[in-house]
Amino acid sequence: MAESSVLQVAVVSAERLLWQGEAKSVVAKTPEGEIGILPGHEPVLALLLESPLRIEEADGSKMMVAVHGGFFSVDSNKVNVITEVAEMAEDIDLERAQAALSRAQSAGEDENRSAIKRAETRITVAGAAKGLR
Amino acid sequence: MGAQLRVFRRRIRSVQATKKITKAMELIASSRIVKAQQRLDASMPYLTQLVDAVSAAASHASDVSKHPLTAKAAKQESAAILVITADRGLAGAYSTNAIKEGEALTRNLSEKGMKVIPFVVGRKGVSYYRFRGRAMGGEYTGFTDQPTYADAKRIGEDLLSAFHGDEAGAGGVDEIHVVYTQFVNMGTQETRVRRILPLEVVDEVVETTEGGMPFPLYEFEPGPEAVLDALLPRYIEQMVYLSLLTSAASEHAARRRAMKSATDNAEELIRSLTRQANQARQAEITQEISEIVGGADALSA
Repeated sequence: MAESSVLQVAVVSAERLLWQGEAKSVVAKTPEGEIGILPGHEPVLALLLESPLRIEEADGSKMMVAVHGGFFSVDSNKVNVITEVAEMAEDIDLERAQAALSRAQSAGEDENRSAIKRAETRITVAGAAKGLR
Repeated sequence: MGAQLRVFRRRIRSVQATKKITKAMELIASSRIVKAQQRLDASMPYLTQLVDAVSAAASHASDVSKHPLTAKAAKQESAAILVITADRGLAGAYSTNAIKEGEALTRNLSEKGMKVIPFVVGRKGVSYYRFRGRAMGGEYTGFTDQPTYADAKRIGEDLLSAFHGDEAGAGGVDEIHVVYTQFVNMGTQETRVRRILPLEVVDEVVETTEGGMPFPLYEFEPGPEAVLDALLPRYIEQMVYLSLLTSAASEHAARRRAMKSATDNAEELIRSLTRQANQARQAEITQEISEIVGGADALSA
């Protein structure tokens, strides 16, 4: 099999196809730890944690997607990220995420861990996009 | 203007106002059908990927048929049904058909000696059950014309917890069915019943793929069973989501049809009322003429 040097990436949420394109690398967070996918990676089917997904596009620009659970599969340089809910950086309201974070933190650590995680993910993604611009 | 003529004119105006409303509703429903269909199409990539992943994980997991979500319960004592109806009326027999189908299914299951717990989506269905004083496992309203994944997830979680029962695994229902309305095309919508739990799809998918393309030798993280555990609930939620979406499209199609026939009826009514009004006006004129002629005759005589 001829190794092509790019990954075909598709980010699919339950409601729509979010992003599709070529990438040099994808970094995702699984229950086992972070995993980096480069072209020629062996087939993987892994669960995703609530985290920012980092994609380096074929033209070298970097982007982040906030994924809220789901999984991804890698097979012959095709990466399919399948999440229930995912958000692109430009869809995230940074102020609202920050408000949600402080609200969740003040409400107590234990019960709101997922809410905190979600807000943190959003802030990371939106903040990174701001920094790039 | 004579009294009779005035009455006709008033009725014509009132019917015209109604016609404007039904016409507007028809147009709104038409545009929403398209939107609902687009949402249905947009959710398809997710479903295909999910099915692929579930099949891949299922073919690697040690024994799929033993998984709690796929194993057929030894006893069949209770079932949950999810009936999807509309929030608003004016959609012809859409909600009625779904409720009827739900009732038929309930009878069917009851005859087998099962206890049936209804979960109801849509205000119409909820009020049907509430009016008859029948307990519901869950009621969901306010989103039937534009369901989101979050709605489906909420319902899916409730259904799953009903299926699992309490901590000890007791009290869970043995089967879950969904009554929804399949959007076939603009003219046809069919009320259908689908069993979503225990799952049977997984086995079928594995069988069909064995002869065809083998799955890539996936490395599972953390492991095939854990992946399957995480995927199956998603699959259920997606099934619920698709049922909601296709039902929403059907609801709009049913409403469009109902409103179209209402508009047609209004036109028909306006036509016949106009005839009657013309007749009344003519009668009035004739009467006036004969009165004048009669008066002139009386004077000259």
